[in-house]
Amino acid sequence: MKLIVCINHVPDTTTKINIAADGLSIEKTGVTFIINPYDEIAVEECLRWKEKHGGEVIALTLGGDVHKETLRKALAMGVDKAVLLKDDSKRDTFSVARALADYIKEQAPDAVFFGKQSIDSDEAAVGQMVAEMLGLPSVSVAVKIEVAEGTATVQREVEGGHETVRAKLPCVFTAQKGLNEPRYPSLKGIMGAKSKPIEERIPAPPTNKSEMLTIYKPAPKAAGRIVGTDASAVPELVRLLHEEAKVV
Amino acid sequence: MSATILVFAEQRDGKFKKPAFEAVKAARAIADQIGAQVVAVVIGDAVSDIAPSLGGYGANKVLIAEKPALGKYSTTAFAKTIAEAAKSISASVVFIPATAMGKDVAPRVAVKLDAGLAGDCTLLKVNDGEIVATRPVYAGKAFTDVKVISTNKVFTLRPNVFSAGTSSGTSAPTESLSVDLSDADFSSVVTAMTQSSGKVDVAEADIIVSGGRGLKGPEHFNLIEELAAELGAAVGASRAVVDAGWRPHNEQVGQTGKTVAPSLYVAVGVSGAIQHLAGMSSSKYIVAINKDKDAPIFQVADYGIVGDAFEILPALTNEIKKLHGK
Repeated sequence: MKLIVCINHVPDTTTKINIAADGLSIEKTGVTFIINPYDEIAVEECLRWKEKHGGEVIALTLGGDVHKETLRKALAMGVDKAVLLKDDSKRDTFSVARALADYIKEQAPDAVFFGKQSIDSDEAAVGQMVAEMLGLPSVSVAVKIEVAEGTATVQREVEGGHETVRAKLPCVFTAQKGLNEPRYPSLKGIMGAKSKPIEERIPAPPTNKSEMLTIYKPAPKAAGRIVGTDASAVPELVRLLHEEAKVV
Repeated sequence: MSATILVFAEQRDGKFKKPAFEAVKAARAIADQIGAQVVAVVIGDAVSDIAPSLGGYGANKVLIAEKPALGKYSTTAFAKTIAEAAKSISASVVFIPATAMGKDVAPRVAVKLDAGLAGDCTLLKVNDGEIVATRPVYAGKAFTDVKVISTNKVFTLRPNVFSAGTSSGTSAPTESLSVDLSDADFSSVVTAMTQSSGKVDVAEADIIVSGGRGLKGPEHFNLIEELAAELGAAVGASRAVVDAGWRPHNEQVGQTGKTVAPSLYVAVGVSGAIQHLAGMSSSKYIVAINKDKDAPIFQVADYGIVGDAFEILPALTNEIKKLHGK
């Protein structure tokens, strides 16, 4: 099996976001970057498929040199090959998908994995866009995937429960929390990753279809009201919820 | 600028999901500012009866794509149908609710229409005749204002943020939409659906009562469940209690759980870590109950009680019962 997993390099979840002076990006100094948590789950799923079915796992990312750190994490977990589509230019979701799809098309994999969303842009769209560009089926927000004889049976999370979806390989999957528990790279894996080669390719320049005008922090909320310190405050709380907020 | 906005109105089992009404209403509001029509598209196996009701939320017309094969969701078949609907009426703007189905299908519709996509929008404005979308990033720690610059544009709208209001009762005229769908277009199909439980799903609830580590153990969540039952609310949970195995993952609210925007969010024994706030800060009203007056949750709460959850929860349940005349 040839598997490609697309991964992203993102600020970790505890980061306090500050807007850069240009009002168009976030301050990167002092920010710890990690592999997108959902992509880590996707990498793990690929490694498990490889252990079960044999084959090769390629980790793919798009970005500048700093993205190599994240590729090394995937290599440390056990992927066979790492590819950086080297490009620092501003790209929207469509342009990211286009660059990934162009590379993936020439590889003709059996399956392509993404995390369900990248925790920086939270767009939750690249995986499905790549699938459409490649003319492949896609199943998003997968919490369980079984493959037999070239057909995948997937549980995906929807409101109120799960859908069972059936699709033939090659197929694109986007991983949701719960699909698996990603392994910690072994020390051997981490040391080995340092010397594994990372292939660099230059993608075609982007044609963006959307433009970010500005990024900003939400206005601070007005201070709330502490209604009391024990159960005697409950009637007043309910009165406020009923008469003032009108939500009960 | 487009003369027509197409809205995908999601339905399940012959009933529209509330976000479908919200998306039609939002499209109407934008259409009125740019002088456009609003046309909705409904897809399924028996949807002719419900289609006209979208007129009550501002649809000028409803396209019906009705086929037995469309009775179950299929990403590629639905994406093709929505894109064909847009092309058939020359709609260059498409609104899709950012539900599980909407978020799944919208990116594929965007590629089919060669359209830029702004996903999970929480606000839409018109500036100089152009739609400007606001969307949360970094789990809602920041917001971006985005313009789609391609001719065709796809927007997905976060559920429970745009108000559907009430139906005016107007019936919209309908028209059958015929789309050429072969087996190849159904490259993935839903074969079954399992409900997690009979209770309200946290992602769709208008009131949520969430419990965190302050509940001290899974056995105390019955207090949360009783309050939720009385309020007709869903039960939510912090990551800590889900990771500890006290509550199932589908109740988790937060950055790696669900993002919710209820009218009322009651956080009990939840400290309010950034990752939890990411999932619920769009709530219209937030109530915090916590023993620790310095818990970060109080910084986002509209109302709070600094006290013992075990004492306050039953009192709150009783008070709501009284309000309901019980």
